[in-house]
Amino acid sequence: MDGQRIHEWESRCVEEQPPACIAACPVHLDVRAMLGCARTGDWRGALATLVRAVPFPGIVGRICDAPCEGACRRAEAGGAVRIRALERAALEFGGPRPPPVVGKSLRKVRIAVVGAGLGGLAAAVDLARKGCAVTVFEAAERPLGRLYALGEAALPAQAIDADLAALASLGIDLRCRTPVDAAGLGELAAAFDGVYLGVGAATSGWPNLDRDGEGRIAVDPLTFATSHPKIFAGGSLRRGGAPYSPVASLHDGRYAALSLDRMVQGASLTAHREHQEPFATGLYTDVSGYLPAAPVAPAEPGGGYAADEARAEAERCFPCRCVECVKVCEYLAAHKSYPKRYVREIYNNDCIVLGNHKSNRLSNACSLCGLCEAVCPERLNMGEICLEARRSMVDKGKMPPSYHDFALRDMAFSTGDAFFLARHQPGMAASAAAFFPGCQLSASSPERVEAVYAHLRGALPGGVGLMLGCCGAPAHWSGRSGLFRETCDALAAAWEELGRPRLIAACPTCRRMLETGLPAARVETLWTTLAEVGVPARAAAGVRVAIHDPCAARDDRATQRAVRRLLTQAGASVVEIDAPERTTCCGFGGLASFVDPGLADRTVDRRIARNDADYVTYCAMCRDNFARRGKRAVHVVDLLFGGEGDAAGRPDPGFSRRQENRARLKSRLLRNVWEEPVPETATEPELILSPEVAAALERRLILHEDVRAAIRHAEASGEKIVDARTGRCIAGHRPVAVTYWVEYARQGEAFVVYRAYSHRMRVAKEAPE
Amino acid sequence: MTTETAEPALICGKCGCALETGKVEVEYLGNRFPVELPRCPSCGLVFVPEDLALGKMLDVEQALEDK
Repeated sequence: MDGQRIHEWESRCVEEQPPACIAACPVHLDVRAMLGCARTGDWRGALATLVRAVPFPGIVGRICDAPCEGACRRAEAGGAVRIRALERAALEFGGPRPPPVVGKSLRKVRIAVVGAGLGGLAAAVDLARKGCAVTVFEAAERPLGRLYALGEAALPAQAIDADLAALASLGIDLRCRTPVDAAGLGELAAAFDGVYLGVGAATSGWPNLDRDGEGRIAVDPLTFATSHPKIFAGGSLRRGGAPYSPVASLHDGRYAALSLDRMVQGASLTAHREHQEPFATGLYTDVSGYLPAAPVAPAEPGGGYAADEARAEAERCFPCRCVECVKVCEYLAAHKSYPKRYVREIYNNDCIVLGNHKSNRLSNACSLCGLCEAVCPERLNMGEICLEARRSMVDKGKMPPSYHDFALRDMAFSTGDAFFLARHQPGMAASAAAFFPGCQLSASSPERVEAVYAHLRGALPGGVGLMLGCCGAPAHWSGRSGLFRETCDALAAAWEELGRPRLIAACPTCRRMLETGLPAARVETLWTTLAEVGVPARAAAGVRVAIHDPCAARDDRATQRAVRRLLTQAGASVVEIDAPERTTCCGFGGLASFVDPGLADRTVDRRIARNDADYVTYCAMCRDNFARRGKRAVHVVDLLFGGEGDAAGRPDPGFSRRQENRARLKSRLLRNVWEEPVPETATEPELILSPEVAAALERRLILHEDVRAAIRHAEASGEKIVDARTGRCIAGHRPVAVTYWVEYARQGEAFVVYRAYSHRMRVAKEAPE
Repeated sequence: MTTETAEPALICGKCGCALETGKVEVEYLGNRFPVELPRCPSCGLVFVPEDLALGKMLDVEQALEDK
């Protein structure tokens, strides 16, 4: 797989982008994590998260201008979460503050900070945490003078004292009543490794630093660099007349400290700082599903939250996530993560040379239905990634043989003589069109295929040829590009032979495959054709059905409309399950059901629970999978061309019957339409199966023909085992890559089958000496 | 009166011999292992019981497919 494409795919999943609150916070406090702790009553955890980003939680919890709350998406459902009040709660209920962690530094770096405001102290704290020796020079008699001046009501002095006290262990050398003038700044720059200048709004002095157009010290907004290589500056001095924002000062101090650290280490000042400023997040969050809930008001007016109040307020945080695709897809939900991680996992799995491929199933259990793309804000399609991975696995010889073997053998049946047919309409030497019913409608409803073909011959001029075969979808889905190409080439040759007629596909998957594989052909669906030529009148009068669009028709608006018009014209009353572009797969797509049958069943079960009405659809596999899981369902052809009987109650034919139906359809058509003598296909010997045994065979992907072949082999060769207690025989037979075991007993000309199972491992007759 | 025995009495249909447990070799994706399986002492016909095929054998097949 191509690493560049992987990176591009990964980058389109927005789930790991920060929520709006974190993006809007000038110091990017992990609000989501903090509230996550608060929601569970883990106040210690909430406090630890808070102090990691905010060195002055007592101050910030009271006077922060809280841009996070301005960005909070809960605002659209009752009011923004009171994040600042919850910061205060974390401080109040979180126990003793975790002491700041001080990193080790090999070389003692000395930093001077001029001005003990919030920005200067934030820079001092961050640099001290990194192991620098920091000296703070303050002209006034104490630090944070501006904050003490706010008054007890706005910010109690005790809160400021507590924040300062908590930082005492950092060993910052704070020198008050020590003004620094222009000459002094020059001396500091010479004596220290770096200087942070955070002296508030003062604009006079410092003649040795360049000014901007408005007379302020020129400061790079990203790096906080001044014209002096060792002096960085921030806070109110660069913001001019803008209203004082404590958290903006923290931002400046913090990121200037980052620059100072990089400067002394000789690292790039500008690298990887894209999301330093507050930004608009790319995280998509659909808040429409949340009921409005108003913010919790503290019982004590003007006071802080009690613990239970704070917890209730924290519970109003959704929290913001995207996972639009995971919400609607059983496959994406089953693997317990989201596409960004899945893409990486699939790529890592692809790169393994020696060792276990733990994500083979992840790449192969996706139905490739495209619903993720339909709901993704960035239109990311996991199916594209999975298909790419499958092709790579096949190319490297790493595709587990058991995944697709059965489906590919079924496909070979349909491309082979038993089913393949390409003919002009009898009595015609040319075909203006050719009907391509596909292997699954032929397998599910062979009589309806005959009826539809008869109808088309009568309704369309210029001759309607017939092409029976497989469109190659199993080859495509399983990553067998070569086999898909071969299948298309064979179809293309037959199509050329018929004189390049326009193709009328009954199955939406066939339509897509034919468009890909036979790009020169004009391909339409049976439904748009029928909508033009008409159908037997009012065939479905009085029927009420809910319509399921097959996933392969997700983007085919013309066909979706044609099917609805046909059903309505036929007298059916049609209700929608949901928007056609949000339809789901029935589990057969992408051969997912062969790789993870349980997951495919859950996918079907979720779909059939959506509406109580009988379903109508225009994919035979969808119809049969719904029936298999107990949902009454009809195919559109059942309604338009149906005879007597309860079409919605028709059971899933099962894999064996599907092949028999295809073969029988071909024989019947040759006999009845082209009037050729065709011998009956031999299905000897006759089998007698209890419903339990038949169900087990279906589940284990053992065809009746596999059972017959095993019995024929055993009876002809005498190679069988006899169970003396029961008198039953056991046949073992390995036609190609699977060994089938069948326990059976003769009953007249027929055979009763008691059990059958298989394995892929080959057993040698004798152990080598 | 008959008594159920734990082991079914399996007899080779061709030779008429009772199957005996013996060492045979199984192979999958180029990996070979010796296993003990019921086999005909005369012609070597081997029997794989259902619980083995759908249990241990399947587990090993899947593990090897993921190698």
